[in-house]
Order: sequence, then C-alpha cells, then structure tokens
Amino acid sequence: MSSFQLALGPLAYYWPRARTLAFYESAAQAPLDVIYVGETICSRRHELRANDWLALADDLASSGKQIVLSSQVLLESEPDVKAMRRLAENGRFLVEANDMGAVRLMQHRVPFVAGASLNLFNEQSLSLLGQLGAVRWVVPAEMSAEDLAAVQAARAANMQTELLVYGRLPLAYSARCFTARHFKLQKDACEFRCIEFDDGLRLRTRDGDAFLVLNGIQTLSDRVLNLVAELPALSELGIDVLRISPQANGTLRVVQLFRDVIDGTLALGQAAEAVGELAPGETCNGFWHGQSGMAQVLA
Amino acid sequence: MSESKQIELVCPAGGLPALRSAVDHGADCVYVGFRDETNARNFAGLNFDDAGLTEGIRYAHRAGARVFVALNTYPQSANWARWTRAVDRAADLGVDAVIMADPALMAYARRTHPRLRIHLSVQGSATNHEAINFYHEHFGIQRAVLPRVLALPQIRHVVANTPVQIEVFGFGGLCVMVEGRCALSAYATGVSPNCDGACSPAKAVRWEQTPRGMEVRLNTVLVDRFDTGERAGYPTLCKGRYDVDGHTYYAFEDPASLNALELLPELLQAGVRAVKIEGRQRSPAYVAEVTRVWRKAIDACLSDGASFRPAAASMSALAQLSEGQTHTLGAYDRPWK
Repeated sequence: MSSFQLALGPLAYYWPRARTLAFYESAAQAPLDVIYVGETICSRRHELRANDWLALADDLASSGKQIVLSSQVLLESEPDVKAMRRLAENGRFLVEANDMGAVRLMQHRVPFVAGASLNLFNEQSLSLLGQLGAVRWVVPAEMSAEDLAAVQAARAANMQTELLVYGRLPLAYSARCFTARHFKLQKDACEFRCIEFDDGLRLRTRDGDAFLVLNGIQTLSDRVLNLVAELPALSELGIDVLRISPQANGTLRVVQLFRDVIDGTLALGQAAEAVGELAPGETCNGFWHGQSGMAQVLA
Repeated sequence: MSESKQIELVCPAGGLPALRSAVDHGADCVYVGFRDETNARNFAGLNFDDAGLTEGIRYAHRAGARVFVALNTYPQSANWARWTRAVDRAADLGVDAVIMADPALMAYARRTHPRLRIHLSVQGSATNHEAINFYHEHFGIQRAVLPRVLALPQIRHVVANTPVQIEVFGFGGLCVMVEGRCALSAYATGVSPNCDGACSPAKAVRWEQTPRGMEVRLNTVLVDRFDTGERAGYPTLCKGRYDVDGHTYYAFEDPASLNALELLPELLQAGVRAVKIEGRQRSPAYVAEVTRVWRKAIDACLSDGASFRPAAASMSALAQLSEGQTHTLGAYDRPWK
C-alpha cells in the first residue's frame, strides 16, 4: 500500500492566528505529502487574510510537500469573486477549485484540483474537467465505493483521485451563519463567535444524540469519518491521495497512524481502534458502503 | 413593452391536472419531471410518463405556454444511460427546455440535440457570474436558476455580468442550504437530493406519540417533538428543532415559506427574466391558486412599474396556501444579515 499520498485537507474551523500557524508548523514536520491551505468557509474570517495564507503556503513549500490553495466554497458577492480571482492567478501554487466559477478562471491555463463540492459523480463529468485542466479530483463526500469504482475504471491515467478518509463530513453550506444565529447575532455583526469552537458547535437532537456540528455557514457531521480499515480496498480502487481533515485535537497523530499502516508497520485493526480513540465523536463510514452517511458498517 | 420588461411565470406540475391548472391560470411556462430519479422531486405518485408529457406539451402549446423538463440530478457511472435516455425522451417529445445540473449531461444534450434549450438548474449551485458563464461557454445554457441564498444586490450584480437569463424563486418551500451542496438527507437516511432526487424522504419518516409529545424521526434521527396543539410540520432535516448548547430551537431556520411577491418591481428592475414557483409535489388546486395570484401580480407590476404594491387580497390568498406557516423574503432581504 505504499503508493498512497497523504494530504491534510483545508482547515474548516476558525482558529486564532497563532494556533493556526503553530498547527501548520507541526504539519510541515508530519509524514504528509500534500497540504491544503486557505479559508474555504467564510470571507469574514480574518485571523489569516489572503496574503497571510499565501505567505504560509510559501513557508510550507520549503518542507518539500505539495502545497495547494483551497478556494471558498460559496461565492456570493463580487469581493468573493475577486478573492477567488487572486487565488486563481497566484502563479505559484496549485489551486483547489470548489466552485465552477473558480474552474472558469483556471481552465486551459493552469492545472487545478477539482474540489468535492463540484459534484463530479460520473466519469463523463470527470473527463470533462480533466480536459479543462484538472489534474486531481476530490470525491464527493456522499459517493459510495461502488459508484467510485465505476469512475475509477474509466478515468484518465493522468487524473489523480483524492478521497476524504478521516474527519467530520462536510454536509451542507448556506448563506446563513448558524453560529451567529445561535448567539442571536446578525451575520454582518457576528463578533466572530465561531472562533470559540475549535471543533465546531455541537448540535444534538432533542433526545440528546450528537447529530451535527455547526461551523458558521457550514454544517458538518458530528460523527467522524474513519476509513482506515478500508485502506486495502482503497488501494485496489487506485485511490492516489488520502485526505485527512483537521480536527481540533489529534489530527497529526491520525496522520501518523495512516502513515504507519501504509508503511506496513501497524496492523489495520489496531489503527482503526487508535484512530477511533482520537476522533472527537463516534465514527462512521456509511456513505462508503452505500448507506446513510452516519452509519457505521463493521468491517 | 420592451423585451427587457418581460418576466415569465414558471409554475410547477407534478402531473397532468396540475399542468392544466397552471396553464389555465396564466403560467408562461410549466416545469415537470419524469417518474424516476432523473429529477429532484422523485416522489411516489408524482411526475410524467411519455404519454402524459406528450399530452401536457400539447395542452400547454395550444395555450401558448411552454414546458420545461427537470433532469436536474447527478447521474452516476452505472446509471448514466438512464439520464441520457431521459434527455433524448425530452427532446423527442418536443419540450421547450431541459433544466440540468450535471456538466457532462449538458454536454451530451448539446452534442446530441443541438437545438434543445438548456437551463442550469438550481441544483448546479451557481451563485456567481463566473460559474454561470462557465456553463454558458461550455454548454450554451440560456438560463440559470439561482440558489435561494442570494440577496437582491447580488442578483443585480449577477444579471449585469452574464448574457444568461436569470430565473429566481418567487414562492414556495425554501431551502436553507445551497441547493446541490447539501447532503443532510443522505447523511441521515441514505437518500440523496443530488443523486436520488429526494430530500428527507417520506419512507424514512416515523411519527410516534410519546409521553413527551408527538415525536417525528427521519430514520433514527429525532427531527422534532410537538406539544399538543403545536402544528406538527413535515420533518425536513433543516427545519427541525435541535439542542445547541442547552438551547432548543430551530437551529437552521424558523419554519416559513418564501413569498417574494412584494419584491416583484425590484426583481423586474434587476433584469430577472423569470420567477419560479416551487412545489411540484403540490395539488392542482394549490398550483391553480398560486399561479392565478402571481399572474395577476405580474401583469399589474408590468403596467404599474415601481409603484406596484401587491394587493392585500393577493397576499392573504398566498398566506392561506402555506399551511399556517409564516412567509419570509428569505435571502433576498436577509433579515439575518
């Protein structure tokens, strides 16, 4: 299983600047091949501004890892579009396009990563994005192994496939900020309260089950995707890049566990258990097995 | 009246009776779907077979109305041919436009049926002019339906920066999340709006009277609990009451449906070319009433211009259709901004 590359997905949460920089300083030392950086959720967040993310990318590039700039998922206003244009024209780093508008700005010009929110569910659409310059695509969170296998069988040889294997599932985006709503604040005067929740704001059902996590305009699953036990199947499917999504705690230890399994120094069962212990909630893998995403199917 | 002052009324039909209702009451266009997961209202007992659609098109065309077919879900590799066949069927039956979200399906339609008009579905999640122009350049889309998340100034900006006609939602159910970018239903039930064409499906709903009140679940997830006398709404996941940090409330959005009637002059002024009524799952009587009210309002707005105000009777007629729910201007007005 040595052919996998390990990637750190973009940080979805809003952390204080010093913590974010410290996290990436550690990530630079971690056994990762790819690091995605950038604000993908909310343009109001400013602990790191666009130039700071670029400077961080520059710093991280010296680690020898591939650095990718991730674009914002929901682009509503002209300033959003302008920010995306600056990202697309950065001239140095690969960009993860999380909106077709971002694709338009890079197509036929520079290679790019086709993000999960582009909803590429079939090989025909994947091939189309490949012709426009996509060199890697990120599998939609809700895609099953069976559906992915069909796409993999038909994809072009030079198209890399990246799959989220650990972290809370990104489930929905809205124009509304649910963190601001929780505090009865207007979105434009939100006081940046999301910074108080380094793993998102937990939402429970009325009978107390942890269900979702609110992260500004984004809604995540409470359960944490853990596909470490599926690594042999992922290898067989020809997945190239495994994405680990940053959580508040233990993310880089999870990276190490995946690396150990890939290197053959840790057994799958042990790894699955250890990853589960580090996860900030119960684990799930239902989407992968063609079921409800929150389901945990036993290996 | 100059062309730029036109605004089309696009009404829903889940079957022939609703289609006739819409046409009879003044719809410029009616949108429909086939009886499978190729459209985003894939509900039992709803939608059209070929014979029904043939008759629907005949009925609409005779009255000068047009028929659009929604093929706005995302095909997977294994069932790709079901979607391309649906495109062929729509083209062969002579529909006036297809409404799509999947890029490759649009490419197929353009290649195979070059004269078929393509509209970008709200499921395509295009919220900015760069995205809309992407679909225009590659697939020749002639219209885009905007997700229900943009404010009026943002809509104006989109219209000013694209050659593509813009259609917006005017009335009906309200998605809180960006359409096409929501997997809440898939997460809780395994049924995906993107791929299966249904959200929070009825087959996953369980009502149960308990000592704590009437509980409603989707699959295993408790979406809400109602006291006696409380109006128990359908358990769409984003419309439930949940506990966040010890407070139980509508964590995403208070239950309300969209009514943008009073914004008609502004939508017209912004250059919006069509207003869409949500609700292919609604009854023919509902479609008739909403269409009637909106037709009257659009005609009044076209003659009165900026001085247009919706008649009180119109507003109360629409309010009655919303099952006791309150109305909101949604993102157009952004009270939460």
